[in-house]
Amino acid sequence: MTVLQKKSDNPIAHLTPEDIEAIGFELDAIRQDVIDSRGAADAAYIRRVIDVQRKLELGSRAVLLFSKFPPAWVLGTMGLSVAKILENMEIGHNILHGQWDWMRDPKIHSTTWEWDMASPAEQWKHSHNELHHTYTNVIGKDNDLGYGIMRVDEDQRWVPMYLLQPVWNFVNACFFEYGIAAYDLELGKNLATPERRNDPEFRARGKAVLKKIGKQMTKDYVVHPLLSGPSFLPTLAANFTANVVRNLWSHSVIMCGHFPEGVETFEKKSIDGETRGEWYLRQMLGSANISGSKAMHVMTGNLSHQVEHHLFPDLPSNRYGEIAPKVKDLFDKYGLRYHTAPLPQQVASAWHKVLRLSLPNGWLAETTPKNAPAQLVKLWKMTTGGPKVRRQLQAA
Amino acid sequence: MTATVPRPPRGRPALSTLRDRVLKVAELVTTPLLPADYLDLVDPLRSGAALRGRIEAVQHETRDAATVVIRPGRDWLPHTPGQYVRIGIDVDGIRLWRAYSITSVLGRPDGCFTITVKAIPDGKVSNHLVHRTLPGTVVQLDQATGEFVLPAQRPAKALFVTAGSGITPVMGILRNQVHEAGDVVVVHSAPTAGDVIFGAELRALAAAGSIRLVERHTAAQGLLDGAALAELVPDLAERTTWACGPVGLLETLEQHWAGEGIADRLHTERFRPRVLVTGEGGTVTFGRSGRTVDVDGATPILDAAEDAGLLMPSGCRMGICYGCVLPLREGAVRDLRNGEVTTAAPGDGVLVQTCISAAAGACDIDH
Repeated sequence: MTVLQKKSDNPIAHLTPEDIEAIGFELDAIRQDVIDSRGAADAAYIRRVIDVQRKLELGSRAVLLFSKFPPAWVLGTMGLSVAKILENMEIGHNILHGQWDWMRDPKIHSTTWEWDMASPAEQWKHSHNELHHTYTNVIGKDNDLGYGIMRVDEDQRWVPMYLLQPVWNFVNACFFEYGIAAYDLELGKNLATPERRNDPEFRARGKAVLKKIGKQMTKDYVVHPLLSGPSFLPTLAANFTANVVRNLWSHSVIMCGHFPEGVETFEKKSIDGETRGEWYLRQMLGSANISGSKAMHVMTGNLSHQVEHHLFPDLPSNRYGEIAPKVKDLFDKYGLRYHTAPLPQQVASAWHKVLRLSLPNGWLAETTPKNAPAQLVKLWKMTTGGPKVRRQLQAA
Repeated sequence: MTATVPRPPRGRPALSTLRDRVLKVAELVTTPLLPADYLDLVDPLRSGAALRGRIEAVQHETRDAATVVIRPGRDWLPHTPGQYVRIGIDVDGIRLWRAYSITSVLGRPDGCFTITVKAIPDGKVSNHLVHRTLPGTVVQLDQATGEFVLPAQRPAKALFVTAGSGITPVMGILRNQVHEAGDVVVVHSAPTAGDVIFGAELRALAAAGSIRLVERHTAAQGLLDGAALAELVPDLAERTTWACGPVGLLETLEQHWAGEGIADRLHTERFRPRVLVTGEGGTVTFGRSGRTVDVDGATPILDAAEDAGLLMPSGCRMGICYGCVLPLREGAVRDLRNGEVTTAAPGDGVLVQTCISAAAGACDIDH
């Protein structure tokens, strides 16, 4: 894959500027329909989800008080994992987007909500809502593309360190909430020079993250295990497991949103003076959906409707499913590809891309059982040789 | 000199320290939420919770007015008759706050209080309360407040001039303190006899000799003015007067009382917020920084404020990230995307996105 602007088969070459603006108007109309019909039923929905989540979390933690009995451990861990997933995805992510601000309920509002996550809501809102949602899939602007630690595009030069990127990706998945906290802090960039390290603003934000992590850890790994008395260790293990399950799940869902093969990326200068229609179009081409049951949609926080979410990040999540057919019709009408597939397929596709880009361009595609030994020798040489060797072998 | 210094009561501080400690531990258990978030699931009216109430019943008074019986949370403080309470209720999913006079007797055995609401045309909250609210609904409350009450030095002679639902705070006073207000005259305007809220009860009070009641049925007799009132109540200059009703009536009375040189003997209560002039553009005041900016109706408040040199929170500048949200304390703004107007009365603090909102009249923004 390469940025859309450099592709020989540019998927939007057939659209005129008028078409693009017309797409914008049609999407604005879909948005307005939802806003006009937003009401008591939607408010009841989010309150019900919050109610179910809190009761499930309380219930699961109560069961875990007796977690030295294996059935209690299994049941409590499962319940807590689901509760944590709901809390992060359908509740936290969407409230922090301002999807429920229209209710004017200060308890369910993007400016007051805090979530069960290492990164404080305030910092996450900046990096996610402002940067990622505004600059979606623009190389060099949208840090969600590979979180600044991965090779996500053929155009990024390959170096041997990327061979390990599938491993990093897996480790990042297991401890995703800390990865996000580091990412929101722009830790890589901000630790690089003493000047940045000592910047008072960065230090204050760092302190806020450490304080939040401290509270989260105290809750899951000290207070609740202590409350469990003789079940101290099993409860600690259960909470750790639930956090890892939640992290793996949210990482998978988020990878599916922008990473599967065929999702487009964009170059920096392509967004200079971008119109609303063009912004919409970038969101349409830069996102991928997950198909599945209603329960699956809720568990992904309706990020399974990633296309609809990126078009309308502030509409209530329970409405994405309802507008999806209209959005898909629009893709069909203008000859665009509406990216959707079941979860296993999208996860596999995203991982395939991680693996493919961890290797030099074209290496994975060219390798067959027959030429495997020769390919391995080439990879060995590229890994151990200098930049010059790599360039020569890549060109060959 | 004696050495009997009163000892501080011991039980309470110890208990409250213990309570604080328990609360601290509970916070460690529930973080990032608060213990209250879980307790609210079980008992939203408990002591220590944000003040709320549960609607127990809606009793119809006339074709467009109803008395709403509310069981307040345990931290509710008794009101003074004549005061009002601010109620936040979700209408079509949106929390809206309105003030209503309390009409019940103090110390009801069931612990509830009542408000009496008249559905006004296009009134979102009043129509919802009168026609569509079901018992069991939980509403948000503030403590009762208001100056429309009898003074500690009770008047020898009182006059109450009311119209429509303006009778509600007066009914709150009459039900509790009719015998403390001396010689009481009530002049009440309503379109017809059937529209008089609490009609039967007022007539019964008059029949019992507790008050002199003058009903003015405006559909037939026309609106009341100062001269007509002076004719109906010849000794009004000797009376302390409380008036509650539409703006027109109150202005008429204020003029008359000022003309007589007895303006200090008139107390008024407005029960509708000031009508906002919503036009294109307006003056935006930023309360905390003390800055004022003139903005036209097509420019986002965010841009105009920044052009004027204000440091504003901002984000995507296209209405999606909510990084620019600020409380609108009073005024009206127009959503530049769809022309929708959002208004705020003092105390509402409606949060608005400044990057896609233009001024639609004078605005006071908390920043």
